[in-house]
Amino acid sequence: MKTIEVKKPSGYATQIGPAHPALKEPVMFSLDIEGECIKKADFVPGMAHRGVEWMGMRRNCIQVMYLAERICGICGITHSISFVRAVEQIAQIQVPNRAHYIRSIVGELERIHSHLLWAGVAAHELGFDSAFYLAWRVRENVMDLLEYLTGNRVHYAIIQIGGVRRDIVPDQFPRIEESMKFFEDAYDKLAAVFLDDTTVQMRCRDCGVLTNDEARELCPVGPTARASGIKKDVRVDHPYAAYGDLEIDYMTPDLLTGEVRGDVYDRIITRLLEVKQSIGIVRQLLAQMPDGPLLAIPKPAVLLAKLKGVAGEAVGRHEAPRGEVMHYVRLEAGKDEPSAWKVKASSYSNYLSWIPMMEGEQIADIPIIAASIDPCISCTDRVALVRKDSRQILTKEELHRLSVEKTRRIQASLLK
Amino acid sequence: MSLLTPQQIADVLQAAAGAGFVSARCTEWAEGVKGRKSKQVWLKIARESLIPTLKRLVEIQYPHVSVIAFADTGAQVELMYHFHVYWGIPHEEILVTLAVPLDKTDLRVPTITGIIPGALTSEREKQEMLGIEVVDIPDGRRLFLPEDFPQGVYPWRKDETGIPADMVKNLWATGRDNLQFNDNPPPPAAPAAPQGETK
Repeated sequence: MKTIEVKKPSGYATQIGPAHPALKEPVMFSLDIEGECIKKADFVPGMAHRGVEWMGMRRNCIQVMYLAERICGICGITHSISFVRAVEQIAQIQVPNRAHYIRSIVGELERIHSHLLWAGVAAHELGFDSAFYLAWRVRENVMDLLEYLTGNRVHYAIIQIGGVRRDIVPDQFPRIEESMKFFEDAYDKLAAVFLDDTTVQMRCRDCGVLTNDEARELCPVGPTARASGIKKDVRVDHPYAAYGDLEIDYMTPDLLTGEVRGDVYDRIITRLLEVKQSIGIVRQLLAQMPDGPLLAIPKPAVLLAKLKGVAGEAVGRHEAPRGEVMHYVRLEAGKDEPSAWKVKASSYSNYLSWIPMMEGEQIADIPIIAASIDPCISCTDRVALVRKDSRQILTKEELHRLSVEKTRRIQASLLK
Repeated sequence: MSLLTPQQIADVLQAAAGAGFVSARCTEWAEGVKGRKSKQVWLKIARESLIPTLKRLVEIQYPHVSVIAFADTGAQVELMYHFHVYWGIPHEEILVTLAVPLDKTDLRVPTITGIIPGALTSEREKQEMLGIEVVDIPDGRRLFLPEDFPQGVYPWRKDETGIPADMVKNLWATGRDNLQFNDNPPPPAAPAAPQGETK
């Protein structure tokens, strides 16, 4: 018998982006697909690069601090706290303890707001828009609280080299406690919505898995690493600000479920647990807050003169909502500007984890997997040029539609 | 697991670096009421010693690579490899920095992705931003810079290969009327101050 050789197309290559499939930020994915299955994944970042490091090496340290604050629109305190901690170590500036506590309180409130924002985005990607509305409505409370404490909803401008610029006085404590109570109630509601829902479990359980070994080798940070069982948290590992005074633990999903699977569902659990942990940390910090001044060197001109005279290198780190942020700073005597400044945002470390997460999954799962590391593109991209790319095949809306359709299919199968 | 002190780590790595060892120092920094200290080890080594030193570090604990930082010091480009060891043990993490100076006449450095695959992002970024060559890098494409960015321009260098003046667009210098595609009406002019009035 003569066999007829049929040439079957072995698959397609498709590109998603630079309009982002999960968030309103640009990154491009290149995927080799067979049917619905992703065989090979690759990504191209860089569409939101603004040359922040280049600009920073041409400005004095106080200007760089404000520039650093504007690297990210969600983590308003993250980059400024990392930068000033590096500068303080070089200049040996001892920050007053009260300032350390205020920094930590704002840092924890920021974590609550960022995780709630993420919960809303993740729910939206699954087509679960009522949970998206719920999460973002709850988030408004912490935004109001941040505005009440610092004057701004984002970019709090509360950090200064050698301390903080505004106090949190005992008169304000009841308002903070009121919000903490609100979040405790909201936590129970959100946990029920996200963790007990059958559809969320079916979409997220064993989807986008990052194993413990892969996580160790690819070096992700924050909830992405902890959801894979990597116990890594700058607040616990490396005592800084007021965190060294507290007894806090790593939040891993096995605290709730007794096991670590490293999937999207575990990343949801990790972030929800961290919201609860942050409520506890804020309460501890308020109870223990010492008295004292807010700034080591109140006058900016004196501060700049001091910084011009010092030389050295140091690393400042902070546990952002997405994981470790690190700033390397080198100062030279007689120069206003840092002679070297390297910013490492948390998503920078998490990008490589996308590849093992996506390979073997379906196209409709891309939005939730991409969103599951909570990528912050403008944090990671720091130099600006928009590429005109006509090769775009799948739009964000189309992908979102695919994802919603998959949820509906699962729900329909449940009804049968 | 008995933990090594920062000084012991410095000694162990100095032995591993062998002839390529240049200098080492340990620093500490305390914050907060309890004054718990964070610890750092800084080593400066030659390029040839990078891989043996890192292999010795892996024996202490599989390190987390944070980032490769840089400094352009004139005749040299310095790369600072930041690793963490003893993570996962509360308050005991140690930041180990391996600084590797490279002469601008020979900007080559071996890849460390064979030992820690997570360093790939940072190595790709160093290639495009500093013009160094990471030997045997598994994926040598550009990462953040677009395909049409000119070859031979390295944004983080401070010499003639850095960003030339004509590539810098200062927003303040453009002037509102010179902006391309700008058909906005001119901004409203402030009303002239009444004559003879003093503030």
